[in-house]
Amino acid sequence: MSSWWWKIAGILLVVYSIVMGFLGEVPRLDILNETIRNLYFHVPLWFAMLVQMGISWIFGLMYLTKYNPKYDIVSSRAAYVGGMFALPGIITGSVWATYTWGKPWVAEDPKLQGVMASMIVYCVYYLLRALIPDAQKKARISAVYNIFAFVMTFVFIMIYPRLAPNSLHPGNGGNPAFGKYDMDNNMRLVFYPACLGWIVMSCWLLNVMSRIKKLEYKKEFHEEII
Amino acid sequence: MKKLFSLLLLMFTPYAFFAQEQPQMADAMRQDGKIYVVVTVLTIVFVCLATYLVIIDRKLKKLEDKK
Repeated sequence: MSSWWWKIAGILLVVYSIVMGFLGEVPRLDILNETIRNLYFHVPLWFAMLVQMGISWIFGLMYLTKYNPKYDIVSSRAAYVGGMFALPGIITGSVWATYTWGKPWVAEDPKLQGVMASMIVYCVYYLLRALIPDAQKKARISAVYNIFAFVMTFVFIMIYPRLAPNSLHPGNGGNPAFGKYDMDNNMRLVFYPACLGWIVMSCWLLNVMSRIKKLEYKKEFHEEII
Repeated sequence: MKKLFSLLLLMFTPYAFFAQEQPQMADAMRQDGKIYVVVTVLTIVFVCLATYLVIIDRKLKKLEDKK
């Protein structure tokens, strides 16, 4: 049971963020009102997604140096798990935006443009993997594509919105960051554990998905992955 | 005495108005404790899903151990 402690820690962190996310003190702000609590649930999804895409990138690079299929398995599963976190991230963002910015999709917002672009980049990755039948070719081409995909995503989501002149997202385009005005120390006590908890949960999902894929691989090729 | 009272009333009237201008929060929900109901429901939902993930993980372990 030695590998269980971090999974249980992930559950406890998320439960803590749910309990304290609703019961904790938050600053009283116009327009946001109680919806500022969404910060504990919407933003960690994106952090988890970025971590998964980063893991996918690193294992893609490792695959290209060793050509061991186990790296390709982890790399591709991480990209799928990352996509599974981006989806609720975008939906919750739309719901939040409807009631604070007035409409579900503000096309002028550079963060949303960046997210849209990186979603398309990863859709192409999923398409590539779905369309190439040969396992080795699939692994190599998608690993090479992945190098660009993650760098593009990082630029689109983390750098471009900060350089762009205007953004509705806090911390981007000259807007004051959450850390500066909106988020006080009470919120930080919930926000950071929430981010960590969701990142751990995404790693657990990656762990389970990779192990399933390894079993499938073993069944298909009748060889163990070392 | 009446003058003094009205003076005091005038002095504190602005504060009463400022208090009303604060952004609206779900204070009522917190006061009557209904917020605990929401927290309990959400925690149960999440813990159930997490437990399901634990069960899947253990089933997977059994499959991995089987040769």
